[in-house]
Amino acid sequence: MDIEIRVQETPLDAIAEIAPVYQGRPSVGGVASFIGLMRDINQGDQVDAMTLEHYPGMTEKALQAIAEEAGRRWPLSAVRIAHRVGELRPQDPIVLVAVSSAHRDASLRACAFIIDYLKTRAPFWKRELTADGETRWVEARDSDTEAAAAWSDDEAG
Amino acid sequence: MIRVLFFASLRERLGIEAEELDDFPSTVGALCEQLAGRGGPWHEIFAADRAVLCAINQEMAAEESEITDGDEVGFFPPVTGG
Repeated sequence: MDIEIRVQETPLDAIAEIAPVYQGRPSVGGVASFIGLMRDINQGDQVDAMTLEHYPGMTEKALQAIAEEAGRRWPLSAVRIAHRVGELRPQDPIVLVAVSSAHRDASLRACAFIIDYLKTRAPFWKRELTADGETRWVEARDSDTEAAAAWSDDEAG
Repeated sequence: MIRVLFFASLRERLGIEAEELDDFPSTVGALCEQLAGRGGPWHEIFAADRAVLCAINQEMAAEESEITDGDEVGFFPPVTGG
């Protein structure tokens, strides 16, 4: 299984990141992907910009570990995770997860697993700038914790 | 000596990004109690029922995880990436 992890300050071309997980891989029959985007509204407030902080070094390690865990649970050909840090504007892609496998079940499930684990284990923190000039840290959600916990310890879901 | 790093809202509330400790206990839980003892925002963040997360040498750690000389210990709020 091939893994590519990237944490980048530059804009993310999410669509272009998907092709490498299947091009040149004739055994691949299925590709699943997730794109996370910055929205212009959160908790009822208009958001003009967002800053993504991370823990350099640990971020890459955490994403690598999540990708490797997915590879242990499902038969995968390739996993690619690319995540922005720095300043973002609404509609900017924040994260891209792309997964390929011989058959669809593995890549569909692994893709969901990876984003659920990323949202609870990868050291990123979002800070929003609202339309009325307020800066606030985004709070972690219980629904994310529950989603990650729903993947049992050894299950190939 | 260990190096302790603080991220995101923790860094803002404590007013510090990093520090070195020559005197440190052997577990994460005990270190949290030591930091809580500084009072003020330190107590608010590190006292019992804390929501703060910890990593040792850039891997997630638990309350009972052991701290060794030379370690890098990171404290941060629950993560919000993706």
